[in-house]
Amino acid sequence: MRHTISVLVQNHPGVLSRVTNLFSARGYNIDSLVVGTTENEKFSRMTIVVDGDDRIIDQVEKQLKKLIEVKTVVDLSKEDFISRDLALIKIKAEKSNRNEVMDIIQAFNAKIVDVGLKSFVIEVTGKESKINAMIELLKSFGILELVRTGEVAIARGKRFYENVAPTKIKVQLASEDQINL
Amino acid sequence: MPAKNILKSGADIVVDILLEEGVTIAWGITGGAILPVYDALYKKRDKIRLIDTKHEQGAIHMAEGFAKSTGQVGVCIVTSGPGATNIVTGLADAYMDSVPIVAITGQVATSLIGTDAFQEADVVGITRSCTKHNFLIHNLAELPQIMRDAFFIARTGRPGPVLIDLPKDIAVSSADLSIPKKPSIELSRFVPEIDSNKIKVVADLIQKSKKPVIYAGGGIIHANAASELKEFVKKTNIPITLTLMGLGSFPGSDKQFIDMLGMHGSYRANMAVMECDLLIAIGSRFDDRVTGKLSEFSPQSKKVHIDVDPTSIGKNVPVDVSILGNLKTILKRLTQLSHYQEYKEWYQQLNEWNAKHPFGFDQKPNQKILPQFAISEIFRITKGQAFITTEVGQHQMWAAQFYKFDYPRHWITSGGLGTMGFGFPAAVGVQFAHPHANVIDIAGDGSFQMTLQELAVVREYKLPVKIVILNNRFMGMVKQWQDLHFEKRYASTSIPAQPDFVKLAEAYGIQGYRASTPSEATRILEKTLNRSEACLIDIIVDENEHVYPMVPAGKSVRDIVLSKQENISSTHGVYKRRKK
Repeated sequence: MRHTISVLVQNHPGVLSRVTNLFSARGYNIDSLVVGTTENEKFSRMTIVVDGDDRIIDQVEKQLKKLIEVKTVVDLSKEDFISRDLALIKIKAEKSNRNEVMDIIQAFNAKIVDVGLKSFVIEVTGKESKINAMIELLKSFGILELVRTGEVAIARGKRFYENVAPTKIKVQLASEDQINL
Repeated sequence: MPAKNILKSGADIVVDILLEEGVTIAWGITGGAILPVYDALYKKRDKIRLIDTKHEQGAIHMAEGFAKSTGQVGVCIVTSGPGATNIVTGLADAYMDSVPIVAITGQVATSLIGTDAFQEADVVGITRSCTKHNFLIHNLAELPQIMRDAFFIARTGRPGPVLIDLPKDIAVSSADLSIPKKPSIELSRFVPEIDSNKIKVVADLIQKSKKPVIYAGGGIIHANAASELKEFVKKTNIPITLTLMGLGSFPGSDKQFIDMLGMHGSYRANMAVMECDLLIAIGSRFDDRVTGKLSEFSPQSKKVHIDVDPTSIGKNVPVDVSILGNLKTILKRLTQLSHYQEYKEWYQQLNEWNAKHPFGFDQKPNQKILPQFAISEIFRITKGQAFITTEVGQHQMWAAQFYKFDYPRHWITSGGLGTMGFGFPAAVGVQFAHPHANVIDIAGDGSFQMTLQELAVVREYKLPVKIVILNNRFMGMVKQWQDLHFEKRYASTSIPAQPDFVKLAEAYGIQGYRASTPSEATRILEKTLNRSEACLIDIIVDENEHVYPMVPAGKSVRDIVLSKQENISSTHGVYKRRKK
């Protein structure tokens, strides 16, 4: 079964590779992984969609919690949560079928963000299943290029960490000579 | 600007915190990027001894030997690039066996990182999956807290290796920094809260069980919970088996001890796990060398798992009840709630199994020395009081079978990673920690040749380490597999060109002896083992001897092979009963 796991991590260099390394080293499958800033500059949030049975998911959660830079791990699939995926789809759109394409765009509440002589770029957001459905419908017109963000997700009404103020200290830097010794 | 006299360099801060953390000894090899730290250590050489090894792998295994035998953090300090990559094996070893290590590696200056500079390597990248945590220091301000955290992470909860990669410019720049007294990480991250209800549940399960077995592992030793384990075992009268890593956490000479379990464990212990109705795993991790075929592991039992590490629970084997937390505390509370039972029939059954297939060997006086005999002699001569380290292979398994450990931290072996070349430098580390103790590396001729250059350290510091090589001129364990599963095609297992180990020892100024007959072995071991100076004893053993019992890899206990002549799987009790 697919699970959407939300991981709050310290915003350090190397954290992303620590997390992906864990997945590859232990043979867990990532369907998608999205990482971005949060309202607090000290932390980033990862949304990881992972496929596996209960034993695997249990291990994924525990192993993630074991990483020092991981603050919280929440399996959103067990909670009430909102998820969104965004896709940019470049599609063949010639005079003959433009109207048909526009109808689909309207039906999915999507937008055209670029119009070319023979193509559109469509932006669509929503649940993954909605975007999959739209892509299915658009296939017959000829999809030229497709890019997706992967799922981002957030739980309703919960917050997981406190703010930490940065400290400032004066440092006397090493001279060139000292380094090159 | 603060006054100049309170400015401290990164290197000085490293040394200050090492001192505050109680470090008195460290191992390593110097080099360009770590030079400032070595310089700072030199200024404090009256407080911290820095031991120069001959290879960085030797340094980290020495730190491991120190850590495993004392429970304190072992410290290893090496330079960038090859210095750092040479300790990777030791880090992986420490990670698998949960050894508290802090490794400090020099790194090229921050301005050079990523430019393929001389002796640059992406050390945090390389070591990410074989450390409990690692740090690249980005600026001097974060150094003190990271040093503090590194020691806390290494020793807290399930211990493990932590690496700090320190760029040279940060080591030589200076600042007026206050040293934090506390780690920035909460204890609860590593030691979960104990759920008292579950302790009651387990006590109830014990009460109802007719055939319980305790299966304890290295976690007991890491938690310093051997005396609590003993009280629990004594109060309940439950028979106990130990994993390879757990040996010594319960007295090996006690009658409730049914020997080690697993691939080369005793028939009795493996049968007990197969037939028990309650399996109590404490500080053990259901390793594949213990469980064999997972689907047939301990099929009739309720399983209880007590550990400090949540990821160990249910990783390989699903369990009925798990208790997380500090093992000392859990065992104390469980002991309070438990009662004595006789388990008369169960012990009778265990005794029968033992009578049928005990650990044993048949040394004929005029024939080749059996390795088991040599180890039994070492046990007899040292009265079971020695620290024993081993390399990896047949000799390791025989040592586990025939040396009975009554105390924790006296059995120092590479279990999880199975690192050949571990035992000798580990013995050196143990000897530094216990200068007057009897420390013996039981080695194989293959393994010993991987790290033997550390004989120089033995000589330099006049350490009374004993090296006993069980020399069969083969990579014995692999040869055994070839004998059993590869029709005796000895691909790359024979060691035809061997040094004269006696002369080799002498070249380093260490006494060397060779024994080729059983009586010679006895005479030389008696003469040398209780001496307070180093020596190497080359014992020429029978190369065709196998380690038995053996549960072949991936098989179940019912496929146990008990001797060369006999494979009893077809007449096996459990097998017959389950076939009915």
